[in-house]
Amino acid sequence: MTITEKILAAHAGREDVSPGELINAKVDIILANDITAPIAIREFEKTGAADVFDRDRIAFIPDHFAPQKDIRAAEQCRMLRDFSRDYNLGLYFEVGRMGVEHALLPEQGIVLPGDLVIGADSHTCTYGALGAFATGVGSTDAAAAMATGECWFRVPESVKFIYYGKLNRWVGGKDLILHTIGSIGVDGALYRAMEFEGETISSLSMAGRLTMCNMAIEAGAKNGIIVPDRITEEYVRPRAKRKYTFYSSGSDARYADVREYDCSKIPLTVSCPHLPSNTRPAEELSSVTIDQVVVGSCTNGRIEDIREAAEIIKGRKVHPDTRMIVIPATQQVYLYALKEGLTEIFVEAGAVFSTPTCGPCLGGHMGVLARGETAVATTNRNFAGRMGHPESRVYLANPAVAAASAVKGRIAVPEEVL
Amino acid sequence: MILKGKVWKFGDNIDTDAIISARYLNTSDPHELARHVMEDADREFPSKVGAGDMIVAEANFGCGSSREHAPIAIKAAGIQAVVAKSFARIFYRNAFNIGLPIFESEEAPAGIREGDEIEIDADRGVIRNITKGEEYAAKPIPPFMQELIAAGGLIEWTKKRIKAS
Repeated sequence: MTITEKILAAHAGREDVSPGELINAKVDIILANDITAPIAIREFEKTGAADVFDRDRIAFIPDHFAPQKDIRAAEQCRMLRDFSRDYNLGLYFEVGRMGVEHALLPEQGIVLPGDLVIGADSHTCTYGALGAFATGVGSTDAAAAMATGECWFRVPESVKFIYYGKLNRWVGGKDLILHTIGSIGVDGALYRAMEFEGETISSLSMAGRLTMCNMAIEAGAKNGIIVPDRITEEYVRPRAKRKYTFYSSGSDARYADVREYDCSKIPLTVSCPHLPSNTRPAEELSSVTIDQVVVGSCTNGRIEDIREAAEIIKGRKVHPDTRMIVIPATQQVYLYALKEGLTEIFVEAGAVFSTPTCGPCLGGHMGVLARGETAVATTNRNFAGRMGHPESRVYLANPAVAAASAVKGRIAVPEEVL
Repeated sequence: MILKGKVWKFGDNIDTDAIISARYLNTSDPHELARHVMEDADREFPSKVGAGDMIVAEANFGCGSSREHAPIAIKAAGIQAVVAKSFARIFYRNAFNIGLPIFESEEAPAGIREGDEIEIDADRGVIRNITKGEEYAAKPIPPFMQELIAAGGLIEWTKKRIKAS
């Protein structure tokens, strides 16, 4: 079996499972945010359940329109707060103690290797980087699982993505996943598990792995996953507060497809409007002038990402016709940035340095685009209107390209500013 | 179950931001969401769509966000069913969970044009184009999904399980 099949089988109390089978499985963690939890709460109350299945396994994180952007967003945030109090939830993260959910939960050791995690947010697939089975579901799925501790799944076929060769300078997890989505399309892994492996992945940091698994959904995948190794152990050991299990794919594992990528040939990659699969080498896009740059999100808001952008921006200025908004994904990342002097670098460059929020990624607040405006963002989606006006445009890139673009006021690669 | 209605046609990769933009997600009220359904794909859609209409789209309908607001907005706008070549998987789950009938069909999106009248025979898995006099096969609905539909959605199904335990 593959790692995905083994985790699903273990949680369904089965010896084995096969692709295509429908199973009911126990979940370790359920999460929801200020947009999806209100519906989950309403539906949970309809089930007639006397209590939640486990008060320490439900994470409510107000992060999308939080800090509350308007009165209605505040009402939605209050629903999470009230429910968390009423049911005495152990994993409620208040504004000032929260972060972008998919950056926060791995960082705090709440999601762990071998877990089965469902989240009422499509980017829940991020945790596959830890060797967990994690997938996005709707609010009603989350509600049913809050009552029963179980969820139904169709066991996905797995596709193996093998990466070898040395990464070019400034090329990282973001470029690998954008390049991969560009090669297979936005439904190239529909209903399937994307298993990432190979020598390049073995030496890729946890931050880069989280970025890759985060965007598996942009290829239509059910989950992205990486077999845990030494890098996983080093990341998880100091954070975990409960036991975890390393699963790996067996020699008998079957794959619907195997694809290989020579990383030495993967350039700095940008996804052009309006699909993540619409990829081009960054250096071919120098004629694209931009109004705004966003560095942050569950995709690229970890401290490694903020450091990378700071390295480019240090001692330079954001272009006069461009705005730069930097959003550390969690309070801990924010604190690291302060202590390392990164905040100062951005402020001196003329950039905004924000409290953690999903904010502009989904056109919520903290940097919504006007009609006709163009942004370079380290986020995950560039659908029409994603960051604001339906006639605005988003280019997706890694933090170094985003920072270089902020300096130049157009899409640029780091070498142009260093 | 037989569903009959007039078709609104859409292309590939209709994402959940197009179905219901995040700028309206500070509410989860179905009727309010319905007033903005498909707005970023077709600005006029909310005023054109009528109760009982159908959506027919190409591949990967509902890709992107997990927001259940997307199928909720479609259902609350009075749309009876969505037919597509394929659905993004979270949208697929959500539609069954909330009781919005959806059908996968290879042939139907190619044959059906906007404005055509179609009739879906859910039990037989047949989509009939009344306007053109054609028939297309729909993929059979998996037994578990039929069980969900019969129960009246995931919450009703869960209620029964809670009572039984």
